[in-house]
Amino acid sequence: MASHYEAPIRKPLVLGDKGYHDVSVDIAAPVEGRANKHWWIVFSISLAALLWGIGAIVYTISTGIGTWGLNKTVNWAWDITNFVWWVGIGHAGTLISAVLLLFRQKWRMAINRSAEAMTIFSVIQAGLFPIIHMGRPWLAYWVVPIPNQFGSLWVNFNSPLLWDVFAISTYLSVSLVFWWTGLLPDFGMIRDRAVKPFQKKIYGLVSFGWTGRAKDWQRFEEVSLVLAGLATPLVLSVHTIVSFDFATSVIPGWHTTIFPPYFVAGAIFSGFAMVQTLLIIMRKVCNLEAYITVQHIELMNIVIMITGSIVGCAYITELFIAWYSGVEYEQYAFLNRATGPYWWAYLLMMSCNVVSPQIMWFKKIRTSIMVSFIISIVVNVGMWFERFVIIVTSLHRDYLPSSWTMFSPTFVDIGIFIGTIGFFFVLFLLYARTFPVIAQAEVKSILKSSGERYKSLRAAGKPMYAIRKDGVVRETFIDDEETAVEAEAPSGATPAFNLLNTLGSFDASSQTPDKLQKVKGIGPLMEKTLNKLGIFSFLQISKMTDKEYNLLDELTGSFPGRAQRDDWAGQARMLLNTDK
Amino acid sequence: MYTFSNRLKIGAIILMALGLVGMSIGFISAPGNVEEAKAYVAAHDDGHGDAHGADHAVAGQEAHDEASAEAHAAHDEHVYHQLSNRPWAALYVAAFFFFMISLGVLAFYAIQRASQAGWSPMLFRVMEGITAYIVPGGIVVFVILVLSVFHFNHLFPWMDPEVVAEDKIIQNKAGYLNPTFFLIRAAIFLAGWIAYREISRRLSIAQDKADDDSNFKKNFRWSAGFLVFYLVTESIMSWDWIMSVDPHWFSTLFGWYIFASMVVSGITVIAMIAIYLKSKGYLPDVNDSHIHDLAKFMFGFSIFWTYLWFSQFMLIWYANIPEEVTYFVQRIEDYKLPFFGMVVMNFIFPLLVLMNSDYKRINWFVIMSGIVLLLGHYLDVFNMIMPSAVGDQWYIGFPELGALSFFAGAFLLWVFRALTKAPLQVTRNPYIEESRQFHY
Repeated sequence: MASHYEAPIRKPLVLGDKGYHDVSVDIAAPVEGRANKHWWIVFSISLAALLWGIGAIVYTISTGIGTWGLNKTVNWAWDITNFVWWVGIGHAGTLISAVLLLFRQKWRMAINRSAEAMTIFSVIQAGLFPIIHMGRPWLAYWVVPIPNQFGSLWVNFNSPLLWDVFAISTYLSVSLVFWWTGLLPDFGMIRDRAVKPFQKKIYGLVSFGWTGRAKDWQRFEEVSLVLAGLATPLVLSVHTIVSFDFATSVIPGWHTTIFPPYFVAGAIFSGFAMVQTLLIIMRKVCNLEAYITVQHIELMNIVIMITGSIVGCAYITELFIAWYSGVEYEQYAFLNRATGPYWWAYLLMMSCNVVSPQIMWFKKIRTSIMVSFIISIVVNVGMWFERFVIIVTSLHRDYLPSSWTMFSPTFVDIGIFIGTIGFFFVLFLLYARTFPVIAQAEVKSILKSSGERYKSLRAAGKPMYAIRKDGVVRETFIDDEETAVEAEAPSGATPAFNLLNTLGSFDASSQTPDKLQKVKGIGPLMEKTLNKLGIFSFLQISKMTDKEYNLLDELTGSFPGRAQRDDWAGQARMLLNTDK
Repeated sequence: MYTFSNRLKIGAIILMALGLVGMSIGFISAPGNVEEAKAYVAAHDDGHGDAHGADHAVAGQEAHDEASAEAHAAHDEHVYHQLSNRPWAALYVAAFFFFMISLGVLAFYAIQRASQAGWSPMLFRVMEGITAYIVPGGIVVFVILVLSVFHFNHLFPWMDPEVVAEDKIIQNKAGYLNPTFFLIRAAIFLAGWIAYREISRRLSIAQDKADDDSNFKKNFRWSAGFLVFYLVTESIMSWDWIMSVDPHWFSTLFGWYIFASMVVSGITVIAMIAIYLKSKGYLPDVNDSHIHDLAKFMFGFSIFWTYLWFSQFMLIWYANIPEEVTYFVQRIEDYKLPFFGMVVMNFIFPLLVLMNSDYKRINWFVIMSGIVLLLGHYLDVFNMIMPSAVGDQWYIGFPELGALSFFAGAFLLWVFRALTKAPLQVTRNPYIEESRQFHY
């Protein structure tokens, strides 16, 4: 890709003294560790909401759509509002991955994985609504153009609702493929680190046998670029077609040409707000502050501010052109929106979507995590009300004043909506525990140009790597003088004891010694030396780090640096998993 | 430092002179009264107007039988007005088109600064050169608007009190569409755009001599502020200067649609001028990757333009509401070739030729595509202004080509003169090294 040179005034994207191995460890940590109490509490609440939602859905389907709050005039309200809201949220993921990739925005790498996951989970929620609204969801395949022998009537290609079926299903499948492709090397990383055979097996399966050979990487790069190219028009088309659902009609307030780009801008707006909400929590819970930095939050806030302003510009344009058009129906629709019985929804929409993001003009505010979190939720509320305002206020004043009504949701409506929120969080929480939540392979690709360690080393004029006198190649750290001194200092009177202290002792009576010679670099002689020191098992060797290698070098005096070069610990971990 | 080559300067002056001749022919040959107009139509009733004329005759047969001489006279009067509008409309289209290029570049430049792009600082001086034209170009457009207000032409029907007196719809808009407010708005917009251009240019030059980044930071702030101003004013400008020539018609998307046209044309001109300067040995650090990126933007914004064109067209066509759809009915009936030809030039052509990434790095290829794109977007403006100004009496003849040639010459002269004023590469921009090492 682009040149690796980066201007020194750009702030680092990976904070702290992080090398390549640290990235692997940090990102694998939530997957390898155990869930804490908070996770279980939030998961239980989400699961309860999901179960309630399932109950409401079962009740709807077994009794009928009459259980909803729809009426003859407002015959499309809660369900379609939720549908559009969820589809909108499902925009940020692919936008971040594809469009920001095309614009070479490196900061996307810390957030794209979770944003894409969020995309897929929210598109699933969106898809539920039209299917439930069908009343007989088992006939959902009738929306697909299949021959009449299957029992369907031939679908109406003139209807934007059908275009929606194609747009959203294509979007979901391409997003899924794009997401999973990016996950392959990361799953491979987790597989290679896995200690237990079950995990190893599962991550081996989901990584599709990723080997990390040059050929794998080359194909990976190619397919990523092709998918990004495909996903870019797709991501724009989805909300465009959702907007067509309304704009192709002749209903005042719905039929307006600005809808396609304005819906897309609104979708990006709400999608980024949801990413912001989720990631502000995630970076804290999973200790990822070094990767999802305040700078990332600030940049997302700027995107929210820009798209919010664009959406605001569209609101005002609609309002003005309604007056300018001289069409009295159009004029009334907008007057009624702002001053009719739903004025409070309009006010909420305006204040949450247009006014609230404007405070992001102040650097102090957009770098405040607390304010960012609050605004992200405010924006999501506002965007829900935007759809509600567009849909309900345009419908509830029919052409005949005798049919004028209001809409009020029933407990079933609310139950299904809360159920989808529960479902979304169930999926996201499971994802956070089992998937690498940051695209570590991508982050590693920018580590040298944008990582704090390498940036400070460059600024200090120090090399990235150093070869010591004994031939050991090691990475340089920011505060290198101190570590170097530490390593050279004699470490205690009995090095052998120190060694076993960290590696763990071996009990010959209950355990059988491993054939250490299986590790490349350990010959018969070295095996004897190791045994003499009390090292008999792969488990012990797998725990070795730089410190132990150095101790070992000191003790044996032969082949200094050999253990590091051959990565005995890594090999031992592999052997541990395959042998037993 | 760039020196304006004599050949280019003479070329530009010749273009302007030829353009003046063409425009003069247009103004002189415009009919002075109804009789001349009738004679002109009779003489020119071949070519594309022919089919329409025939249709008209057949469809109008019954009506003609009963038609009073009065109606005939009204029709002739109408044609006379259209024909006398033609040189003015041609002038306005070309003046706006070149003005729009520099405004598009100004927006693109502000985006580059506000987003702290690392690839483009090498091209900042080229962009600043193009935006220099915003001053004379904006003044010319403003003068045409003033002349319209003083009834030198009938480009804006709502400025004619006789038309307004009979038109209830326009009367309702009079609070917005009235000459005074119209000119005040235009003056504010132009003042704002020109002010940003001058401030940013001054800071850009000051940054080269500074020993800290304070000018760079100020420029960043001004650019972000300008973009907000531009977001609002660009939309209103497009309603005022273009949409209001069809005072009954309205489309909420219109402002953003004009924006797309503006940015595509602007980026195309940046690429073309950068390639020209490079071919003359200036801009040594601009490499194929920069051209590649510009061509990618040409491609991407062409697709974006098509997206907006299609959204506007499809929604109006689909809903088929009379007061909206008449806009496209007129264009498809009387302007079939330029209307669909423009879609081919602005969408199908770049889609096919600029898709391949290797082609985006071939300089002459980018130039050739750029010429087609620019002509396509000229046609776009043509299709927006002409139908209300001249109806089906459109031609591409002396007035149109003359105006195009005159403003092309003026644009080249002004832009390249501005390029000689400062070194062609910025030196102390903090991202200059990123831009120099930029490599795709």
